[in-house]
Amino acid sequence: MSNVLELKSLSVEFPTRRGVLKALDEVSFSIAAGEVVGVVGESGAGKSLTGASIIGLLEPPGRICGGEILLEGRRIDQLPDDEMRRIRGREIGAIFQDPLTSLNPLYTVGQQIAETIVTHLPVSWAQARERAIELLEATGIPAARERIDHYPHQFSGGMRQRVVIALALAAEPKLIVADEPTTALDVSIQAQIIELLKRLCREQGTAVMLITHDMGVIAETADRVVVMYAGRVAEVGPVRDVIHAPRHPYTSGLMGSIPSVHQHAERLVQIDGAMPRLNAIPKGCAFNPRCPQVMPRCHLERPELMPAGSSRAACWLHDKENA
Amino acid sequence: MFAFIVRRLIQAVGVMLSVALLAFILFQYVGDPVTIMLGQDATEQDRVELRDKLGLNDPAVVQFYHFVLNAAQGEFGLSLRQGQKVSSLLRERLPATLELSFAAALIALVVGVPLGVYTALKRRGWLSQAVLAFSLLGVSLPTFLIGILLILVFSVQLGWLPSYGRGDTVKIGWWTTGLLTKDGWLHLILPAITLSLFQLTLVLRLVRSEMLEVLRADYIKFARARGLTKRAIHFGHALKNTLVPVITITGLQLGGIIAFAIVTETVFQWPGMGLLFIQAVQFADIPVMAAYLCLIALIFVVINLIVDLLYFVVDPRLRAGVGRSGGGH
Amino acid sequence: MKGSLAKFWEGDLAWSWRHTPVAVVATVILLVMLVSAFGAGWIAPHNPFDLATIDLMDALKPPVWHQDGTAKYLLGTDSQGRDLLSAIMYGTRVSLLIGLASVILAMLIGIVLGLVSGYVGGRVDALIMRVADVQLSFPAILIALLIDGVARAVVPKDMHEIIAFPVLVGAIALAGWPQYARTVRGSTLVEKNREYVQAARVIGISKPVIMFRHVLPNVLGPVTVLATVHLATAIITEATLSFLGVGVPPTSPSLGTLIRIGNDFLFSGEWWITIFPGVALVLLVLSVNLLGDWLRDALNPRLN
Repeated sequence: MSNVLELKSLSVEFPTRRGVLKALDEVSFSIAAGEVVGVVGESGAGKSLTGASIIGLLEPPGRICGGEILLEGRRIDQLPDDEMRRIRGREIGAIFQDPLTSLNPLYTVGQQIAETIVTHLPVSWAQARERAIELLEATGIPAARERIDHYPHQFSGGMRQRVVIALALAAEPKLIVADEPTTALDVSIQAQIIELLKRLCREQGTAVMLITHDMGVIAETADRVVVMYAGRVAEVGPVRDVIHAPRHPYTSGLMGSIPSVHQHAERLVQIDGAMPRLNAIPKGCAFNPRCPQVMPRCHLERPELMPAGSSRAACWLHDKENA
Repeated sequence: MFAFIVRRLIQAVGVMLSVALLAFILFQYVGDPVTIMLGQDATEQDRVELRDKLGLNDPAVVQFYHFVLNAAQGEFGLSLRQGQKVSSLLRERLPATLELSFAAALIALVVGVPLGVYTALKRRGWLSQAVLAFSLLGVSLPTFLIGILLILVFSVQLGWLPSYGRGDTVKIGWWTTGLLTKDGWLHLILPAITLSLFQLTLVLRLVRSEMLEVLRADYIKFARARGLTKRAIHFGHALKNTLVPVITITGLQLGGIIAFAIVTETVFQWPGMGLLFIQAVQFADIPVMAAYLCLIALIFVVINLIVDLLYFVVDPRLRAGVGRSGGGH
Repeated sequence: MKGSLAKFWEGDLAWSWRHTPVAVVATVILLVMLVSAFGAGWIAPHNPFDLATIDLMDALKPPVWHQDGTAKYLLGTDSQGRDLLSAIMYGTRVSLLIGLASVILAMLIGIVLGLVSGYVGGRVDALIMRVADVQLSFPAILIALLIDGVARAVVPKDMHEIIAFPVLVGAIALAGWPQYARTVRGSTLVEKNREYVQAARVIGISKPVIMFRHVLPNVLGPVTVLATVHLATAIITEATLSFLGVGVPPTSPSLGTLIRIGNDFLFSGEWWITIFPGVALVLLVLSVNLLGDWLRDALNPRLN
């Protein structure tokens, strides 16, 4: 299966008043066509930055300082803005967290969808409008033919996110980067939206990069999952394996801290300490101050992603050669 | 929406009445109208008669009622300085001020908005920095100084443009216009530019900061993520969202122009209401001051009302009533 | 004292100041003007108010770099033979004094009314805000003119000169208080519901004490920025009023008055009498504005 997206040692830095901060440090993973890959981690781990870099919307002064981003085999991280614009929407779509602020309040929903279609596909405005109605229907909005002329404020929160999904899929992209698509929604609607996203993408063969801090969503939806920590990848693997048999101590801690209805624990498992700030990342493995299985080597050398069962983990525990 | 209009109208009337009250207090109690009209040497007999004639012995409320009635018809009595009817004085001067103000407002908008958009889109260019520096200067230069400088350069040194008065005007009905003669236009240039400069810089900075704010919004980020062209994003989305608050604030500033005309008219001896007002203040000509106050208040209130209505037209969120959910999930 | 000064210098604000060339330049210009204004009595080359030192023969002399200029009168003289440079120094003092006084007065009125309005709420709040709103919809200059005009009408002519100063300060202050009141009220509303205020109420500390001792310090940031902007506006307003002839009288002229006096000589070629005071005015206002801009950006938490 060919890869729709491939990140090779992607590094992003932020020059600040007090020095250069490395926000992403050699992040590598890939997404196959039609696959749903979850990207999890705490706030500040670099998940959103990775998404922003992929669609070329990294906010200055942040900049890519190393590595490559490959879309279906060709490099896109160094493209001029004009070409990148053509890729956005048409080949890579994006969904952001807050559906209320993602839509322009002064234009109707139909105008915004049709505009996107017309920008990328060689169709007339009338055809685009028809397609927009189809999209709205596909995302489960009732009476689409009337509601297409409504303004965003006339929709409820869940409805708006459906519109946003319709907008992201309008130009039929190959990959969707979804950054916390359900965090701003009511819990009762979250499942519906995730289900919708998954179904539509499967129908169109669109791959999804689902960025979230909610493991529950990942468990339900993703095929594989990438665990990020302090701007680095800690573990990558099939969802079932990573959740039930985590290979990186951080992932174990993450899984252990999620309360389960079946568990009979007295207290929640906690990982001591906190994720380091970007200007204070420890030498060697970034997790070494908090790791319950830390070894002397962890303080000196930074581990690369190495095979560990059916996953890959950046942990010296799995270094079979020098065990 | 109907309810909204009615409410605003009631508010407007309220403001007008309070201003009228202020004017009334000025009229009646600041200085003694009788002494003002008859002079110091009038006999007691004359005073009593005049008091009665002017209705000054009636209760205050009745006097106020008469005052408002008269004011609504534009009747403010006689100017203390010139002896003419205040209303005819104002009528004479109104066209001059209005033409000047509109010209200035036009310049401020036509130059200010595009420049504001430009400096927001091209933040780092040298032209943007130059424009911003100029705008800071514009805010720091008092209007009268700008006028003086312009006169110095264009009238005294270069001799290109006149610096005094309105030039040749044409009378149409009760309106006199300077727009139909070349001389009139020449006379209009310097004062209009002077008056517009302060508003121009304000509009420029406002448009710029609004646009910068809008460009940071999530829906712009989403528009970029959808691969819309720069032109569509900047002029289709960002500009439209910028202009909505700008329209309203600019409309309100228009009132400021009419008031600031006072200074410009003084510098250029432009025969408008502003010059009249200043002369009234210098002379303590209360009737003229009171009348000017009421007229200005009226203009302001009308402008505010129009601006509020404009907001309604432009922003769809206000039309439907905010927060109406479409129902369903 | 020295310790806290050192601490200030190390702090973020001072860092920002040092690294913003515009702010440094503006401060320097402002300091020069302040020193020459308030030290005019000692520094000025001449005393333009001492009739004994004025020589009518020296009238209308051009600045020193002109053919007829002399080093005795660096910027030239006016129609009475008074040295322009000295007149400008004294004039700057008057302009600054009135500006500062108006701002302080407006701040006091605005802060008190804002605190009361925000803290007490209810009808008092509604009334004060009503007045502020209506006042804000009229330009300050109009309001100042009105107050000035009324004062002139009420007070007999011979008293006009004496009361000019306080009337001017009062007029500009009254035209400017709403901005402060609005800002302070907003902050008060926010602070009112904070826990430390509730706690103070429970303990039984009286309302005014709570307002002044607890709420006020939190409000000072935005008020300071407002004050710098207002200072520039106040100086311009005073200059405008003086130029229009309803401000500071010529016996103790401000920069605006000097400009007005000099305006009569524009056409006869003695441009310096009006232009130099104008330049001084612009420098003053510009540096205040630049400093205000810098302060606003430096105190803005968002821009970090």
